[in-house]
Amino acid sequence: MTARADTATVPATTAEGMLGLAWKRFRHHKIALVSAVVLIVLATASAAAPLIELALGTDANLVNLYLRFAGPSLAHPLGTDELGRDVLVRLLYGGRVSLLVGLTAALASAVLGTMIGLLAGYYGGRLDAFLMRTTDAVIALPLLALLIVLAAIDLRKLGLSEAMIDSENISLYRIIVIVALTGWTTVARLVRGRALTVRERDYVLAAHSQGAGGLRIMLVHILPNVVSPIIVAATLSIGNVILLESVLSFFGLGIQPPIASWGNLLTNAQELIWQAPALVIYPGLMIFMTVISFNFLGDGLQDALDPQAMDRAD
Amino acid sequence: MIRFTLWRFGQTVIVIAIMSFVIYGLIGLMPGDPIDMMISADPKMTSADAERLRALYGLDKPIYERYLNWAQAALAGDLGYSRLYAQPVLDVMWPALGNTLILLGLTVFFSILIGLPLGMAAALRPYRKLDYTINFLAFAGISTPSFWLALMIIILFSVQLGILPASATVVSSDAGLWEHARAMVLPVLTLTIHGIAVYARHMRSSMIETLRRDYIRTARAKGSSERRVVLKHALRNALIPVVTIVGLEFGHLFSGALVTETIFAYPGMGKLIFDSIMGNDFNMALVALLFATFMTLLGNLLADLGYGWLDPRISYQGKR
Repeated sequence: MTARADTATVPATTAEGMLGLAWKRFRHHKIALVSAVVLIVLATASAAAPLIELALGTDANLVNLYLRFAGPSLAHPLGTDELGRDVLVRLLYGGRVSLLVGLTAALASAVLGTMIGLLAGYYGGRLDAFLMRTTDAVIALPLLALLIVLAAIDLRKLGLSEAMIDSENISLYRIIVIVALTGWTTVARLVRGRALTVRERDYVLAAHSQGAGGLRIMLVHILPNVVSPIIVAATLSIGNVILLESVLSFFGLGIQPPIASWGNLLTNAQELIWQAPALVIYPGLMIFMTVISFNFLGDGLQDALDPQAMDRAD
Repeated sequence: MIRFTLWRFGQTVIVIAIMSFVIYGLIGLMPGDPIDMMISADPKMTSADAERLRALYGLDKPIYERYLNWAQAALAGDLGYSRLYAQPVLDVMWPALGNTLILLGLTVFFSILIGLPLGMAAALRPYRKLDYTINFLAFAGISTPSFWLALMIIILFSVQLGILPASATVVSSDAGLWEHARAMVLPVLTLTIHGIAVYARHMRSSMIETLRRDYIRTARAKGSSERRVVLKHALRNALIPVVTIVGLEFGHLFSGALVTETIFAYPGMGKLIFDSIMGNDFNMALVALLFATFMTLLGNLLADLGYGWLDPRISYQGKR
């Protein structure tokens, strides 16, 4: 599959022309279009969580034990949870965190993967062999088990300051770092594959003979050629990151309360399945909708940006 | 071929060795240490006692020295005691490993049995209704959080219908075969739904790709029946990338097992790792994690070798 993508040449068109073509192809992927709309709605609603909170006249953290497990009503469109808090508003606040973590961690892994892939592909030789064997090894590891260990690490033993560890957002930073440390492999492989072929091109030789250094060649001449697959892979990885965050938070190892995330909204769920199954269903549905939308969006972007890799017969 | 096998095996051993050091270091970074636990268990212990104990167990030495000591003992077969289970580590691990292998074996079997034909069916008439349906379901399968799927399955089969148990603890007891089988159904179902989606997707794209090759056109042109073209010419070639995926999926599969086992209280390696990390059982966590790593790497190795068996054209003589 890679071999085919490697040998195909990118048609030389202007930037606008390329984007226009990509948009034309993207438009044909109906599910990807729908997914993009779903994601925009979800992101907007999550971003507007404080406004919606205000409009409903509730407080996301307001405990009201007289109103536990209330059914849907005007004041609480999705009912209330085991402490009488509004489910909808908490879902939206959870969405802010889950989406933020998903986007940031996917971006961080993509950057890390691009750097590793560029180094391996451009310099080749032993560095390439070392980096790629490392990538193979990381791909083969039982990831979740190791993530749990990483999430359980005592940051004091790493020499971080008390002030940092006690800060409310530490669980956010921690999960982003953990995911980035393990999620770079796909992008690294893709970038390395492309870089290997691009570095043999004449214009790279020309740049080299004009005295351009390795860094300049990698960033100016090779990177633009690998942007499409990076965007596709990064989009597809957002879904995986959200899944990882949710499972770690579900086990109490990711985002820590009082910050809500879709994963930790489900932490108590297993005890609640007998009395309030709806509470278990909503956060999972949000995760599912978001992840499947990112996956379809990535699929659509692949067709649009990277048509050589497309499996379409026509 | 033999050289390649040896080289790949050597590579696996090196990765295991490196991972043992990394995991040893990570476990050391987990909160608390064994002496802290002794202190909390015995209020009469003074700080001087604690220092003496630290020296006695070698905990005051630098990490690489401690690691070398541990590795030496481990290679001699002494993997230590589990704090949580009060048994030698290996005695706890073997039954758990057996249970996980049964769980994953059944999962892979059913996933292949259902996933590959679905993928093929989608590929034979791409971009038609059936293909779109299968493709959508496959996307849904890979986008569902496994722990949530497990909870949904419990809600449906245990809470609403009340026909199957939500807990699989019975597997470690000496209950009858029927009870065992009933307890296995929901964990296997959870993992299999995901597995089917993964295999169907890969089979579909690999098959579409293969059916476009020249030798397929040749086979059709010389009048072979469609059935013969697909089963005789295309299938074996389309399976090659799928085998690689199955090998690479072992890590994911194990991650899924960890979640599923923990939620269904299934006494396997995944739950063992989770419980031992949560319970600060350093020895157990270390050995179980290493073993899980070893298993997934072994899965990779087997897939790589299976690759050569499926496709004799692949030469292992070239540079790797």
